[in-house]
This record gives sequence, structure tokens and C-alpha cells, in this order.
Amino acid sequence: MLKFIGRRALFAAMTILIVSAVVFAIFSFLPFDPASLTCGQRCTKQIIAANRIRLGFDQPVYVQYWLFLSGIFAGRTYGAGSAAFSCPAPSFGYSFNENACVTDMLRESLPITISLAVGALIMWLLLGIGLGIVAAKFKNRWPDTGSSVFVLLATSLPTFVTGLALLIWVSIKWHFIPLSLNGYTSIFDNPWKFCVYFILPWITLAIAYAAIYTRFTRAALLETLGEDYIRTARAKGVGERVVFFKHTLRAVLAPLITLAGLDFAGLIGGAIITETIFNLPGLGRLTLRSVYEFDLPVVLATTILAAVVVIVMNLIVDMLYAVLDPRVRIT
Amino acid sequence: MSELLRIEDLHVSFKTDDGIVRAVDGVSLTLSAGETVAIVGESGSGKTVTSLSVMGLHKKGQAEISGSISLSDHGVFKDVVHLSDDEIRDIRGRAVSMIFQDPMSSLHPYYKIGNQLAEGYLVHNPGKKKEAMARAIEMLDLVGIPEPAKRAKEFPHQFSGGMRQRVMIAMALMNSPQILIADEPTTALDVTVQAQILALLSKLKKEFNMGILLITHDLGVVAQVADRVNVMYAGRIVEEGPVDDIFYSPLAPYTLGLLKSVPRVSKNNERLKAIPGQPPSLINLPVGCPFAPRCEFKQHSSESGCNTTRPELLGTSPTHRSRCHVPEKLRSELFAAELKELQA
Repeated sequence: MLKFIGRRALFAAMTILIVSAVVFAIFSFLPFDPASLTCGQRCTKQIIAANRIRLGFDQPVYVQYWLFLSGIFAGRTYGAGSAAFSCPAPSFGYSFNENACVTDMLRESLPITISLAVGALIMWLLLGIGLGIVAAKFKNRWPDTGSSVFVLLATSLPTFVTGLALLIWVSIKWHFIPLSLNGYTSIFDNPWKFCVYFILPWITLAIAYAAIYTRFTRAALLETLGEDYIRTARAKGVGERVVFFKHTLRAVLAPLITLAGLDFAGLIGGAIITETIFNLPGLGRLTLRSVYEFDLPVVLATTILAAVVVIVMNLIVDMLYAVLDPRVRIT
Repeated sequence: MSELLRIEDLHVSFKTDDGIVRAVDGVSLTLSAGETVAIVGESGSGKTVTSLSVMGLHKKGQAEISGSISLSDHGVFKDVVHLSDDEIRDIRGRAVSMIFQDPMSSLHPYYKIGNQLAEGYLVHNPGKKKEAMARAIEMLDLVGIPEPAKRAKEFPHQFSGGMRQRVMIAMALMNSPQILIADEPTTALDVTVQAQILALLSKLKKEFNMGILLITHDLGVVAQVADRVNVMYAGRIVEEGPVDDIFYSPLAPYTLGLLKSVPRVSKNNERLKAIPGQPPSLINLPVGCPFAPRCEFKQHSSESGCNTTRPELLGTSPTHRSRCHVPEKLRSELFAAELKELQA
């Protein structure tokens, strides 16, 4: 087990290194001067040239990359003398657009994205698996048909339509939920306000994902019901309810967990549309803005973060799978 | 010998998009304690459908079942065809058990062997967890699993195919049923393991004084363990009789065809003598004898009724009966000549 985790960690580190190098290279070879962002409107060529040297943008790409990497572990100081400023470790660089250390920016937006993803995950698992069970249990009867209608609607409606519709009707026209103008509150400070703040974004995301999970659960359950070992259970005299909720559902659990883990990882990378519609200052919006503005340090940091989340979730899913499926052994 | 199972005029049909499939069309047979009765036939002949009917494992609404399946629940006879779902469930695994063709896929991959066995006991004896697990280990030991207490804590994938079939047998015997249905119990196993499983079944049959209904297409297995044989074709029994009669003096042309198509080592230069043609579709059976299009003996039928009427199950001996329009005397002469040629 430890050996497995060690090997996977090494693999993860290499992946992250490659991902960061590629992103770094793409932005370095673009015909764009990062030093031009370092001073305001009354910029002169001389100031830019001076800043370029002062901040190390004149150095070869590999040196800059090395500075970036070492910053993650050692922190980084920019400039010199009285004008010097520093970002403590782990430093992912400094955003001149926002005049802030990237790490601080991540620290602000990450909780929002995690809250969004976790809440939506819980919602869509409950809704999707629940509907899938109902659909499989009442195959070809009206509950099944009803769930097919939901699946069809939810998969064909893009999140910007459901999101906007919820926002317009529930918040603006009916005043059920106030527009979240006063911003994010941590769940630990005020759980009620936290839920009100996130409820519409959660629903928006959950609807889109629940459709996939409904279809998956229904198909997997019906397939499992045709397995020989289900017939064996019936032949033992096991009742239909136990056959369904113990023998059948148990077999569907492992693939469902895998799916959920990977979808969750994808969401941490940023639900850009949902965050934009509901004005949530999460990772998705941070990434979008930084790409538009050539804010290289932020793009690098969010990309690496997304890669780390995907790798870690994969690791967790693999370990969970080994727990759920006795045929899988981690070596 | 006390009778345990009496199937009378069983009809099972399924509605499909193409029409009504008459999978079992008037099957009657009996099974007594201590004997093994085989149902032989090729795929689609209705042998598995017959056995699933005894277990009441057809889905309500999908299968149309008529006739009667009178089954001894430890002395009390019950008609499976007319029982409610709960009443059938109560019989399954207790009065009648079933083992299946593929032991690889018949055990739940996620549950420990011991728990899967114990479940069969707990269903019929709720709450007796300790007894159930003790019984599971006892049964594993009985079917020849070494270190049963340790193996009970393992998962199915840690067992070989033959061992898994032993586990299936142990599971079927958890509640000491009187009737065991074995649906192709050795088909998925190696030949060497096949013999072991068959020997085990014979041993357990004596120990539990069970009646075994053996479903198979393998005449070798039939010769080895069956006392009586029912040969099925297109949903009907075309010949029934004691095992020796079936092998040494068959009376149905289809049975003869089956015997002739068994590969023989001594004649390895010869092509296999397969029965020509295909079994008929069960949706629109021809009006005459279903085997007529493939039959070599049609011209011997005096009344040439092969294409117009279905033959009845008749015989000069009360225990050995067959369906054919050709006079029985002529048939036995013709078939004897064929068998002689085969053995030469």
C-alpha cells in the first residue's frame, strides 16, 4: 500500500512538472512582454526595460522556470532595496495585474470553488442515483418515462440556460432567494447564509450532472439484474427487495464512485460558466480572467492546481475501488 | 421410492416482438427420492425453461405458464404454477435448490463465500446468524473444500472453477432440500474436474436422499449419472426411458441422431455425423412432427403423417416411450442396425 502511494506520488510529481513546463513554455514563447504589465498608464519604454531586468524577465526561459519552481518551496522576493516585495513559500509568483501574490489569490478563490463542487456533488449524487434507482425499479413504467424526460431535458439544457433561468425567476422575479450581493460567507461562520449563497449554483450544476448519473445508474442496475449471481440470490429464496437493494446496488457502487471522483476533480478545475453567472469569485473565474489578461503566474498556478486535484482524486478513487471491489488489489 | 416432483402437461410461452415463443409445450415428468433424472436436448429445446419453471424463476408477466408442477415441500405437495410470489420464495433454496452452468459468474463477486452461503440459510431461518455460519462451514467441508473455516472468509475470485462449483453445491444444500436441479453443472469445467463434480453429486444424492433433476446436453454425463432420461426437442419430450434403453435401444430418430453425433476416438478419420439442418423456430412450429424436416426415417412412416400431425408420446413398454409415426417395431430394427454399424 505504501509502495503504491509512493509510486503514484512520484508519478504525480513528474506529471505536474511536465504540465507546468508546458504552460510556462507556451506563455514564454508568445509575442508578449510580461514586463509591460509592471507599470501603470504613464509607462515609458525606459521603465519597462528597467523592470524587465529588475524582475528577471530578461533571463533565459529555463532560468525563469527554475526561479518559479524554487519559489514554490523557498518563497520569492522581487526587486531589490526599498522597492522589494516578497511572496512567502509556497509562492506561485506575483500577479502584476492584481498586485498580489498568486498564493493569496488562490487562498481566496479555492474555498469558494470547493464549496460549490462539494455541495453540487452531494446534490447530484442524491438526485441522480435516486432517480436511477427509481427508473430501474419501475422499468418501462411511468416513473422510468418521467426520469427519461428529466434526463433528456437536463442534458440538452446548457448550464448557462438553467443557471440564468434560476437566477431570473427564483431570485429576481419571485424573490425566493435574495441575490447574493454581500458575498461569500464561510460555512463555519454562518451555515444558513452559506447555503443561501450557494443553493442556486449548486442546483444549476447538479441538474447537469444528475442527468448523467441517472442514466448511468439505471443502465448499470438493469445490467447487473441480468447477472447470473442475481439469479443465484433469487434461487436461494432471497426476497426481491434484498436482491435489488443489497446484491444489485452493491455491484453498481464501485463504478459510480469512480465516475463521481473524476467528475468532482474536473469541477475543482473550475466551473467557469456557473461561477460567472452567479458572480462567484472562484477558481474558474480566476483562470478565465488570467488567461484573458496574460497573467502568466496565475494561469500557471491554476493549471498546476487542477492537475494536482485530478491526480489526487485518481489516487483516492483507485484506493476506494480496492476497498469496494475485493477483486482489485493494490500492489 | 417416494415421488418428489411431478410435472404434468407444462406449457411455458413467452411473448416477443416476433410472436409467441412456445418454449415448453406439454412436458410431463416425475422425479423420486434417490434418483437422477436427466433432461437432454440441444440449446433452445426447452430444458432450462422447464427447470426455471420448477424454481418459479420466470418473471411474472413475461412468461405464460400452464399445467402443474407438483413439488414435495418435505412431504407436503405444492403446485408451483399456482403459488404466490412469497410462497414460491419460501420454497426456493429450502425444498428445491438449483445449481447453474457457470460457477464463475454465479457467485456474487463482492461478498465473502461464507456470507453468501449463510444468507441462503438466514433467509429461511431468520436471525440465526451463528448457526448459519456454522452450517456454511460444515457444508463447505462436506463438498470437499479444504480448510473450510478459512476459505469461508475468502471471495469467489480466490477459488478455481471446480471449487466454485463445489461452493455452489454447498450453497444449494444449506437447507437440505429434497430436490436439486442441476442445470449443466459441468459444462463450464475441465473434463477432469467434471468427473469429480459428478461423483460429488452422486455421493450427496445418497447422503441427503435427494432427487436430482439434471439438465444437460452432454450424453457422456447422462450415461455416467442418470437413472432415467427425457430427451427434449422443440419444447417437447420426444423420448423417455431408463438410461440403458435410451443408449442401447433408442426409439426416437432424434435420440439416434444425438447418439450418432457423439465424437469417437477410434474413428478419428471420419467426419462427425451431425444431425442435418437446424432446430425449428419455436414461434411458428410446423403442423407436423417438429423433427420431420431433419428426419432420415420419414419414408418409413406408413401413413406419411410426419408432415401433417404431431406424433404422440407412445410405447409398447410403459417405461420407455417415444414420439414417432414410424411403427415402433420397424424403428427398433432400423435403429439397431444403425447402432451396430456405429460400433463396428
